[in-house]
Amino acid sequence: MSAPAAESPRDEWPLFEVFVRPKSGLDHKHCGSLHAADAKMAVQLAREVYTRRQEGCSVWVVKSSDITASDPGDRAMYFDPMEDKVYRHPSFYELPEGVRHL
Amino acid sequence: MDAATATAVQLRLTPELQYVLRLADTGLVHAQRLSEWCGHAPVLEEDIALTNMALDLLGQARALLTHAAALEGQGLDEDRLAYWREHDQFFNLTLVEQPLRKPGAHAPGGDFADTVLRNFVLASWLKAACAALQTSRDETLAGIAAKSLKEARYHQQHNADWVQRLGDGTEESARRMAAAVQRLWPYTAEMFEHDAVDEAARTSGLGPARQDLRAAWQAEVAEVFAAAGLTLPPDTPFRSTGTQGRHSEHLGYLLAEMQVLQRQHPGGRW
Repeated sequence: MSAPAAESPRDEWPLFEVFVRPKSGLDHKHCGSLHAADAKMAVQLAREVYTRRQEGCSVWVVKSSDITASDPGDRAMYFDPMEDKVYRHPSFYELPEGVRHL
Repeated sequence: MDAATATAVQLRLTPELQYVLRLADTGLVHAQRLSEWCGHAPVLEEDIALTNMALDLLGQARALLTHAAALEGQGLDEDRLAYWREHDQFFNLTLVEQPLRKPGAHAPGGDFADTVLRNFVLASWLKAACAALQTSRDETLAGIAAKSLKEARYHQQHNADWVQRLGDGTEESARRMAAAVQRLWPYTAEMFEHDAVDEAARTSGLGPARQDLRAAWQAEVAEVFAAAGLTLPPDTPFRSTGTQGRHSEHLGYLLAEMQVLQRQHPGGRW
């Protein structure tokens, strides 16, 4: 239960990112961040802060330091979004009945 | 508003009414104490958690007071019961009226360890009470208990984690947690006292006697204490009597603050 001694008081409350999937939702959406002493506490506090303890919703928390983000500086590489190459988009399929959420 | 409603409420007390008020007042007074933390908790997230718990307890108290007013039969309501009773007409556990936060260096009150420990022992007690009350012959009471049980479970979990975290944390936090246990323990005896009100509730199927809650409570508390490296203190001869309407010196001040506006403007609509 007890964590190793933190370098400074600030390190005792690392930042967590919070992802919530509402009761009838399909996927977890990032809804904010919070500081907590450990992951268990982060889940509890996320319920408190972001879901108002609604029943049946799923909460993920991830230490912010564990997230690797794309570099905004790389945008130049993605200058051509292939908008003019329709054959690269999966838009010519007939979907069978009963397939939803695609 | 006529003069009759601008005077203190004198209850027509029955064992059944006193039983319900014990639960209602314990929730109301505990919520009042918890809300004193608003804006003062160690971290923002815990500030939100503490005030959310206060809101849960206040919601439970409102439902119970409304029900108590109906049982009492003089046409009272939750507000009349909350704001127009004197301290000897309140029946909360003495534990919940003890100051939680030190407003000043020389004021009575404890620290965060006191708060999480009090929350924990009370939530464990309310959890046991609500679980048993779900089968009450009084359908309203059973309904309130079912709703409150979910909240009590959450409060218990949240604060059990804190008791462990502090008890098994740093040397300083362990010292404070142990000190909180020493301070609070004498007041826990009242949770399991037995009197005519308990007896009547048990025999009439209204709800559990306080004695009946002890085993479940003790099991939960012992488990968390073991994980937190805390020892259960021995029983002391001290007995508090808030549930009889005889309170510590702290309730009068709490009520003065809580009731002042209603009493200055009787009959005001808010």
